[in-house]
Amino acid sequence: MKDLLNGWGATAVVFLPLVGAAVMLAIPKSEETLHKVVALTTSLVVFAVGVALLVNFDYDHGATLQFFQDKTWIEVINSRYIVGIDGISLPLIALTVFVVPLVIVYSWDHFPEPHNPKAFLLLILILETGMVGSFVAQDLLLFFVFFEFVLLPMYFMIGVYGGENRKYASLKFFLYTAFGSALMIVAILATYFLSPEVVIDGVSRHTFSMVALTEWGGAGLAKNTAILIFGGFFMGFGIKVPMFPFHTWLPDAHTQAPTQGSVILAAVLLKLGTYGFVRIAIPILPEGAKWWAPIIGGLAVIGIIYGALGCLAQTDMKRLIAFSSVAHMGYVMLGIATLTPFGINAAIFGMVAHGLITGMLFFIAGSVKDRYHTLEIKRLGGLLLQAPRMGWLLGFSSMASLGLPGLAGFWGEFPAILSAYNPGAGLDEALFRFYMVVAAIGTVFAAGYLLWLLQRVAFGTPTEEFEKAHIHDMHLTDYIAWAPMIVFIVVLGVYPNLIFKVTDSAVVHSLTALGGS
Amino acid sequence: MLTHAWLIPAIPAVAFVLILAFGKKLPRGGSEIGIASVSICFVLALAVATGWIGRVNHPPASEHGTDTQEVVTEHGTEPAAEGDHATETEPGTEDAPATAEEHGAAATADDRLPVASAAAEEAGEEHHSTPPVVREMKWFQSNGINFQVGTMIDGLSTVMLVVVTLISLLVHVFSTDYVAGDRRYTHYFAFLSLFTASMLFYVLSSSTLQMIVGWELVGLCSFGLIGHWWEEKPNSDAALKAFLVNRVGDIGLLCGMIILFFAAGGTFSVVDINTMANHGEIRHFLLLMASLSLITAVMSKSGQFILHTWLPDAMAGPTPVSALIHAATMVVAGIYMVARLYGVFFNGLSIGTGNINALAVVGSVTLLFGALLAFVQSDIKKVLAYSTVSQLGYMVMALGVGAWTAAIFHLFTHAFFKACLFLGSGSLAHHIHSFDFKKDMGGMRKTMPRTYVTFLIGTAALMGVPIVTSGFWSKDEVLAGASMLGGNGDGYTFALVMGLLAAACTCAYMTRLIWYVFFGEPRGKSAEHHLHENGPRIVLPLMILAFLAITSGWTNLPAKVFGISVPENLALRFEHFVEPTDTYFPTAANGFHHPEFVPWIAMVSLVAIIVGAGGAYLWYWKGMGPHGITERNRFARAGYKILENKYGLDILYVDWIAGSFKGPIAKAANWVNQNVLDGVVNAVGTTARRSGEAVYRYIDQGVVDGAVNASGAGADGAGEILRKAQTGKVQAYGAYLFVGAALLAAIFVIAS
Amino acid sequence: MLLNQFLILAAILFCTGVYGVISRRNGVLVLMSIELILNSVNLNLVAFSAMTGAVAGQVFALFVIAVAAAEVGVGLAIVLAIFRNFRTVDIDEVDLMKG
Repeated sequence: MKDLLNGWGATAVVFLPLVGAAVMLAIPKSEETLHKVVALTTSLVVFAVGVALLVNFDYDHGATLQFFQDKTWIEVINSRYIVGIDGISLPLIALTVFVVPLVIVYSWDHFPEPHNPKAFLLLILILETGMVGSFVAQDLLLFFVFFEFVLLPMYFMIGVYGGENRKYASLKFFLYTAFGSALMIVAILATYFLSPEVVIDGVSRHTFSMVALTEWGGAGLAKNTAILIFGGFFMGFGIKVPMFPFHTWLPDAHTQAPTQGSVILAAVLLKLGTYGFVRIAIPILPEGAKWWAPIIGGLAVIGIIYGALGCLAQTDMKRLIAFSSVAHMGYVMLGIATLTPFGINAAIFGMVAHGLITGMLFFIAGSVKDRYHTLEIKRLGGLLLQAPRMGWLLGFSSMASLGLPGLAGFWGEFPAILSAYNPGAGLDEALFRFYMVVAAIGTVFAAGYLLWLLQRVAFGTPTEEFEKAHIHDMHLTDYIAWAPMIVFIVVLGVYPNLIFKVTDSAVVHSLTALGGS
Repeated sequence: MLTHAWLIPAIPAVAFVLILAFGKKLPRGGSEIGIASVSICFVLALAVATGWIGRVNHPPASEHGTDTQEVVTEHGTEPAAEGDHATETEPGTEDAPATAEEHGAAATADDRLPVASAAAEEAGEEHHSTPPVVREMKWFQSNGINFQVGTMIDGLSTVMLVVVTLISLLVHVFSTDYVAGDRRYTHYFAFLSLFTASMLFYVLSSSTLQMIVGWELVGLCSFGLIGHWWEEKPNSDAALKAFLVNRVGDIGLLCGMIILFFAAGGTFSVVDINTMANHGEIRHFLLLMASLSLITAVMSKSGQFILHTWLPDAMAGPTPVSALIHAATMVVAGIYMVARLYGVFFNGLSIGTGNINALAVVGSVTLLFGALLAFVQSDIKKVLAYSTVSQLGYMVMALGVGAWTAAIFHLFTHAFFKACLFLGSGSLAHHIHSFDFKKDMGGMRKTMPRTYVTFLIGTAALMGVPIVTSGFWSKDEVLAGASMLGGNGDGYTFALVMGLLAAACTCAYMTRLIWYVFFGEPRGKSAEHHLHENGPRIVLPLMILAFLAITSGWTNLPAKVFGISVPENLALRFEHFVEPTDTYFPTAANGFHHPEFVPWIAMVSLVAIIVGAGGAYLWYWKGMGPHGITERNRFARAGYKILENKYGLDILYVDWIAGSFKGPIAKAANWVNQNVLDGVVNAVGTTARRSGEAVYRYIDQGVVDGAVNASGAGADGAGEILRKAQTGKVQAYGAYLFVGAALLAAIFVIAS
Repeated sequence: MLLNQFLILAAILFCTGVYGVISRRNGVLVLMSIELILNSVNLNLVAFSAMTGAVAGQVFALFVIAVAAAEVGVGLAIVLAIFRNFRTVDIDEVDLMKG
């Protein structure tokens, strides 16, 4: 079992969804139930593989890549099929394989228009391959392929299954991220050509291998060059995060996407950007990171306040949640910008926590939309009266989202603020302390917009419009899809070491190139 | 029991889950689980108190060997919760080497601790010290550092345990009658349990991180219970306000704790941070910044002036909740934090030097301003709320002047008499469903005699009626602290004067309240209803609290009262058992002293009481004084208006600050987003599309395709021109022929 | 005897002929003008022949006369055909070939 996993574990978790998708292709479109069963089974099998990986992961050596594979891929440019999992990627892989089955379960009776389970589930499975692939890839080009691979299914999901303005939103999403990717590929190529050659099989060649490049750590690279290359990565990842001021695709994409799309987008897709910073940009180009860190930190805290203000102005529940993502990812980026193990640990925790919590909020928003056919906050109210369980869960998720201790959100937020007090790598302390205070002020705003949302949506009495309406509380599928997320939000909140102990050594390792922090 | 204190918060936490899960199916809606869990907690808290008293009387120095033994057995018998190792650390026992060894096992910041222990040894020589019982386990790790979670038992946490569990228990019992038949009976009890758990978790914290967690969790419960009847907008507004104002304070909390974390070299441990602060191992500037940040937090949570505005609004919640959370326990979380981190505050604010400091100023201002506001209220709970604000001011002021024990002692007595008053107000309003004593009460001493008596006792304690009531002893100690610890009488005189003025005000507004509620003729709803005394589940807690409102003051009798010596084993018991004697607490070397009973202060405060209560008596009972002055005198009217508008703070916060963020600023940000940022994006998109169109239209279609078309068109045009030559007339052709021939001929001729 | 007189006469005849060809609207007259041109050519040929004593010129003139006869035959036939089709012999009217 262990040997099998070491050889195939990482590959299996990436490509099994595609196998399921292939099976589904062979089944006629009209067999809807069969499609659902196949898709769910596939995702559960992937989840089981993920659990097997979790169980067999050697937690004492979180810094080393495990389940490692290195095979020839594109010989001519020496791009190789290198996959492996370490403490940084493990939580995110776990998050992905955890969320996808829940999304499929949630979809069971909630397929968005134009109701076509086959296509919809295919998109989800293809997405899963791209997402997990990005997290296991250890070759820059392979990573890039997976990174881009994610765009297409998401584009169709928004463009076909989205709301009224879906065409605009999907196109914006696609073009915006593709624009970032264009700069990123330039950065990847620059890294490829400027890094020293590596001897493989007696031949000295350039390499895309992240392992080799991390070891190199930008040594001997002119500072300006490093800054420029980092800038390329910054655009590619920063747009994906999304960082202020490159965030404007997000509210549109979220608002227009179907619930399932929003959940996946919030839970996993945004993490590709932050993961890229942690995994690629900072370890490979520490000098560039040092130069960029104050800028990233500044944009992060602007994003925190700005996202919060944006939330306060929204009239649409889903759009509000989307804006809150901007603020939350601000905390994650602030943690990353400190270039300290504290901050980056917090950032990874924040990624997982945000994935669970915001995913949950989008689920609830989706169900509210399903019941009321509107998300206009003004028209809602008294959710706690009409659908008490959903109302409670909205309250719960809001509390988690605003960073209440004891729930997962806190451990992403507080350590990130904490780390800003004492940034690493000789960054300007006074500046980062200022960031810290701003970020702390951001927590007030977070409480403000979330509680205000809660008050307007859940408290009070229903508006006249829906006074007589029969509102169905949670469905069975809702219970199945939501319960695991709730449980994990609580468990991670109470015992944060579940993630910290996994990431810590890997993060410390990845920052070695920065020198003593 | 001292090392198993983690059970105390765990029990109500489990109860919370059980009530939520099964409460609705139980015959009493889950209240039985709540009461049972809190009762167990109360018993355990008493056990802890007994254990602690034993520990103080027989400090562990003599039994150190057995203590270590205890640790070892724990390792063995504990199911080692969560699979992590649990360690007990006892910083600062006299036995320095052994302590250092123990700390080695504790695995946190061991490099520093021998120093601390050595210092402890010095201190230990001077007087007997009782180290706290700290028991921790690993919570999480980051950057290779382990962060611990655990319990810390010392006198302070023991007192809080007893107060919280006892009042929580009484409130539970009271509630079973008071909120019977409520629309969310089960949820109510679930939240009470969660609150109790959070508060107990908070007071048992061994690390500042844990304190943050507990701090926020009690805030959540407060939010949930203030907004218990969330169908009505004012209630949810009040809940939001409470949470948000507290969040504002939390900025200070987060920043302060973070500063301390790094200043102490990367530890959250309360004991370590305090010890380092006391030994001057942390830069004074950092301590000062941390203290000032944390004071913001205290101001919000403990309702200090200018962040107190949420507390009166919080009265929108059910009355027992007001008693438990917004009077007796949660609001003192801020006081507790200052007391807990007193090493930081004492040294950071240089309290020992006797100069005026932020804490003393905040407390002094609050205690008077809060008391003044209580005058203009007509809602019984609001009066009590402002009175709470004012009393909390006393505690903060006491801490600010260095009278630590006085502050905690006042916290202790205040918890009982204020809970008594709040529950009393609930008892009064139970039938008439109104708290407006001007409109709906009056003459209730006849209809509700027991409530009347207990309320009167509570009031007497709040006023500080000498000798018999607890309020006298504690308030007097606070004032004595303000008068004595100021060194040359420079710094704290201000605090003393404010305290005395507020004492008079307190008596006056409470007398006014008593007049309106219990005397005169029944008005409004109290006249309409046939009133009768409430049942035992309401009256019994009142009686217990009234009893404690008197007796709790005797726990810290001064050594000498008006020349009469109190026996040593009766005097200053509270100080003896509660005040920490270990290195994490400021010592005389830091400038920490104890106030003594000052006869003239007692006399002056007695005068203040007589003036306040007597004045109000004359005004209301006898109708003396300038009644109606607010209508006649411009200044009096202005003063009344200022008080009625609560100094305009609500307008500032709600309308100006919150309003502008919710409204214009958020809209502006959104506008920027939609028009500037998104505008840029859309502009880029549009420009790209336009330039695409331009390229297509002008370059592709114009130039490239144009060349092709132009050749065709050129041929076409040429034909068009030449066409005209083909007239179809033979003669014309002939003419051309001849002209051509002639021209050729001419060329030939000229050329040749 | 001077060559000049013949050449001048021939030139006058030629010019008259050209004028006729270009300006006359009657088809028959155009044909007659062509005859004039041809005859002016004949005159030149014969004159040069007589001056130089070469016979070829006279032979060539005979050929021209023969061709001119044939030409007139064809030309008159065309004129007749035109007349039959257009009911006119005004060649200005006949511009079917106009581009």
